[in-house]
Amino acid sequence: MNDIQDQRRNFLKTSVGVAAVAIAPGLLLFKVAHGKSDDDSKVRWGMLIDTANCAEGCKDCVTACNKENGLSGGLAPTDSQWIRKIEIKDVSTGHQFALPMMCQHCAEPPCVDVCPTGASFKRYDGIVLVDKHRCIGCRYCMMACPYKARSFVHAPLHDQNPDVPRGKGTVESCTMCVHRVDEGKQPACAEACPNKSILFGNLHDPNSEIAKKIRAVSSAQVRADLNLNTGIRYQGI
Amino acid sequence: MSTSFALQQQKNRLYYALLAGAGLVVMLALYAVGLMEEKGHIITGMNNQVVWGLPHVFAIFLIVAASGVLNVASIGSVFGKAIYKARAPLAGLLSIAMLSGGLAVLMLDLGRPERFMLPALDFNFTSVFAWNVVLYSGMFGLVIAYLWAMMDKRMNVYSKPLGLAVFAWRFILTTGTGLIFAFLTARQAYGSAVLPPMFIVMSFAWGLAVFHIVQMAIYAWNDKVLEPEILERKKRLLGVFILGSLYMVVVYHMTNLYFAHRIGFERFILLDGGVYSSLFWWGYVLIGNVLPLALIFLPGMKNRKSALTASLAVVLGGFVFLYVFIIGGQAFPLDIFPGYEVSSTFGDGQIASYTPSIYEILLGLGGLAIAFIITTVSVHVLNFMPHDKSYVAD
Repeated sequence: MNDIQDQRRNFLKTSVGVAAVAIAPGLLLFKVAHGKSDDDSKVRWGMLIDTANCAEGCKDCVTACNKENGLSGGLAPTDSQWIRKIEIKDVSTGHQFALPMMCQHCAEPPCVDVCPTGASFKRYDGIVLVDKHRCIGCRYCMMACPYKARSFVHAPLHDQNPDVPRGKGTVESCTMCVHRVDEGKQPACAEACPNKSILFGNLHDPNSEIAKKIRAVSSAQVRADLNLNTGIRYQGI
Repeated sequence: MSTSFALQQQKNRLYYALLAGAGLVVMLALYAVGLMEEKGHIITGMNNQVVWGLPHVFAIFLIVAASGVLNVASIGSVFGKAIYKARAPLAGLLSIAMLSGGLAVLMLDLGRPERFMLPALDFNFTSVFAWNVVLYSGMFGLVIAYLWAMMDKRMNVYSKPLGLAVFAWRFILTTGTGLIFAFLTARQAYGSAVLPPMFIVMSFAWGLAVFHIVQMAIYAWNDKVLEPEILERKKRLLGVFILGSLYMVVVYHMTNLYFAHRIGFERFILLDGGVYSSLFWWGYVLIGNVLPLALIFLPGMKNRKSALTASLAVVLGGFVFLYVFIIGGQAFPLDIFPGYEVSSTFGDGQIASYTPSIYEILLGLGGLAIAFIITTVSVHVLNFMPHDKSYVAD
């Protein structure tokens, strides 16, 4: 009888031990992956883009971005494009429109998840950036980004803008003009848009213009099905 | 006596000539890396849409085969089959050799190869790439310890537990390799839970095929003849692995075909993708599967030549499969606006073009050469030749 009880006790002990060993790493990883919630952050920078006002053929936002960030503006497949205009056509209705596409500054950015060194990171205010000193140039973030928002610097760079450091062999993307935002200014694209189609502001401030407008009008996230909670929202898609 | 001495001398010369040839390939690869470092990836065929090119095809083949070749060791140590036990040291050696070659290619293709230690220092727990750093280095250590335990009589007692550890580790490692792609949810080509098991089954076939080729070379070099029964058994095992991996590939494409949003991608790979469709059907299906299966299972094929050809075809098919999977998978555009037609200056809605440059080819061949040098030197100086007792069916 005692033997059986001992055996049972040992079996239970072992089972609990094995279960703990099996589950612990998963819990640990989950904690690491979801530990830094910034929902309570007072600031989350974002944009609301009104596609109805975005004129077809106008590329002022692209030009302003290139100038501000020292990009060449080249259109070869190996050139960096932080922001681009996408012409979109509904196949069934023939409805056509255009919109600017750039890093969507996701709250759950896949690029940050996959980056082996932590070079891709998200600031407390929601801006997703690449630390050029930690990027090893593996390009895994480019594979993971659903928006094709990232570019790899394929060739040596000259005449960089000192506010916007870049580096050959590293990955880069829209910084939401973090150097301007930190000085209280607007991102270059928002400032350059002739139709004021790009509204920049703090999504977490209920009194901000962007938060009020998002409450009032119908807006959407691109690839909302992926549940990434993007900081860039679009009206009219 | 004098003729055998002359023959031995001739072999010695050939050995050093082979080493020198492989060394030259490695030097050329390093030259290519130097140029890529100086001028940037602009000199490769890669771009902002096809971000992983030919070097990844070589690296992933070598790493997956490095894990699969250990199957030979596992069947010996875990399941106690004598003919496999005799081959476990050679399998372990090949694993280390291919892992070294594959990792070298992967590291040297980085945009900033000099920072290759950073993933170990700034470890990001959510990154499957970072997990793989642990998995690859762990595998290295484990296989070296396993080899030591097998080849040093004093350490023999540890060979069983180490064999078990290697057995478990390589499953996790290939799972990790498959997960690199399985975690890419937004891409039609990837983001599928079937990928890790698919890579595991493929690793069995690729690893065993490489093993066959090397084993035949070693036997021929030493003027030994592999017992036909052993050859036949291992050939049939390769046949089973080929069928297994083909099954996984069929399941992967069939599940994709069932999802309406992935039909466009499947059409591209299977039907109208130009070079990718041709490579898939002619290279992977025909050369990588039909040909070796015929050579293995058709009657009248019980000879060494057919075994060697079948193995070479499996290796070639593996490379072609990875080319279609990695490059074709990226060439097909991301579906950012499902159901809409899109165009832009950044290649949205367009099939990307990619032609590997000579530098990428050199880097990939450099990886193969590294694996070749490690294998050849080790086989030359240590006893990796399988020693069979006369064959008795288990």
